[in-house]
Amino acid sequence: MNLTLRIWRQKDPSVKGKMVTYKVSDISPDMSFLEMLDVLNEQLIMDGDDPVAFDHDCREGICGMCGVMINGQAHGPQQTTTCQLHMRSFKDGDTIDVEPWRASPFPVIKDLAVDRRAFDRIIQAGGYISAPTGTAPEAHSMLVAKKDSDAAFDAATCIGCGACVAACPNASSMLFTAAKVTHLGLLPQGQPERNDRVINMVAQQDAEGFGGCTNIGECAASCPKGISMETISRLNHDLLGALRAGARPKS
Amino acid sequence: MTVTDSAQRRTPKAAKTNSVFKKFVMAISGILMLLFLIAHMIGNLHVFQGAASFNSYSEWLRTVGEPALPPRTLLTVIEIVLSVSVLAHMWAAISLWRQAKRARPEGYVTKKSVVQTYASRTMRWGGVIIALFIVYHILDLTFGAVNPAGTDSTPYSRLVASFQNPIATTVYVVALVLLGMHLRHGIWSATQTLGQSNRRRQKSVNAFAIAFATLLIAGYLVVPAAVVFGLVD
Ligand code: HEM
Ligand code: SF4
Ligand code: FES
Repeated sequence: MNLTLRIWRQKDPSVKGKMVTYKVSDISPDMSFLEMLDVLNEQLIMDGDDPVAFDHDCREGICGMCGVMINGQAHGPQQTTTCQLHMRSFKDGDTIDVEPWRASPFPVIKDLAVDRRAFDRIIQAGGYISAPTGTAPEAHSMLVAKKDSDAAFDAATCIGCGACVAACPNASSMLFTAAKVTHLGLLPQGQPERNDRVINMVAQQDAEGFGGCTNIGECAASCPKGISMETISRLNHDLLGALRAGARPKS
Repeated sequence: MTVTDSAQRRTPKAAKTNSVFKKFVMAISGILMLLFLIAHMIGNLHVFQGAASFNSYSEWLRTVGEPALPPRTLLTVIEIVLSVSVLAHMWAAISLWRQAKRARPEGYVTKKSVVQTYASRTMRWGGVIIALFIVYHILDLTFGAVNPAGTDSTPYSRLVASFQNPIATTVYVVALVLLGMHLRHGIWSATQTLGQSNRRRQKSVNAFAIAFATLLIAGYLVVPAAVVFGLVD
């Protein structure tokens, strides 16, 4: 395949970036999108140019590092991670636009790489349980209903890639935060901090500068792990519960 | 940091200033306005019973509960609840609008939406137009200040005079269609905001929102249509 790429080039956070056009040829349809970018970078290095910076780690869809905007869609035309997107999703002769996630809490580090540490700080604000660690306890000592464990597991598959923020017209991180709140809030170990968790995580995502949710649904439609809008409803429900708990009369 | 505990009397500040709390404000005020819209639509249908019935319905609204209650009790209560709702709704909407603007100052060169509905895209500017329309509507049919029939006319004659004017009728139709779209997304969004949606309900909530918004707006639109087609004059 021969392709025309228009890629966002930005030297560092302080300068303005722009789209730059490159041509790549002899791309195999079996290559992943990142392998195609590797081909481009080898070509750039040979020519003495600066290779395109992009994040990646596992290249198997589990680490959440690799997200970029491809033709205006987070992770491209398939609902998967950029590393799991294959070039057979494109046609010979296509022009492909590649941009970084755009949100003020995700500043561009260089080219396509953005700083997603805002997500870590949202987790630090409440995305944990304070259970004593040690050897794994006997599984039967704490029973979890099948439907709860299934829903918690579905929410737990979030890899923190940031596609939800990137796709959201409000640049809201609700789907990410809601996935964490749902995952921990459905399990018995998550109960002691349940009220604090939702309040602190939502306060942190606002403080980081993410937008608010207007339930448009671009996030869920772009999430490589299929996290659903149901988690956002659960987060809202938990916050209402926390408001009531906070308003409880003194005992 | 522990912000809620059982011994705490007040709701923590962090819980009342965040974006989700603003959505609760928007959902509750939106639902209050929506309840009013249902009653208002049904009340308007009195126009089909003729001028006398319509005007006496309007009179009844001002005198209901007398003499046990002072005149205009019902209307005053509705006016206060609606004014507070409109202000709260707009405050929340504008503050979240600004937050969203700050969250993405630089847009994408290429952006493709996957599932976004037209209704959800027009919530903000559509809302602004609806607010302007509400002001016009009150000046037109409540006070008659901008009505072709003038201020000392009956409610019925003001209504007929407005809808015999093609410009006024167009304004009403456009605003009502926008309101219908606002409610189509609003009902779905409020269900999510109040934590009442889930994966199974998602389809039916959206279907209900479409059906409800369509019926409500159709109920409003039959009145100008009846005037335009000469069924009511
Ligand atoms: C005064 C002008 C208005 C403005 C500026 C406005 C704006 C907005 C905005 C920005 C939203 C959030 C949309 C979203 O979540 O995607 C919203 C939601 C909503 N609006 Fe309005 N609106 C206005 C008037 C009304 C009226 C007259 C009603 C009458 C029923 C209404 C009912 C609703 C409902 C039910 C919601 C859903 C609440 C939620 O998002 O949880 N709005 N409005
Ligand atoms: S919710 Fe989905 S899109 Fe958002 S960070 Fe998690 S895996 Fe990525
Ligand atoms: S590189 Fe790890 S998810 Fe793509």
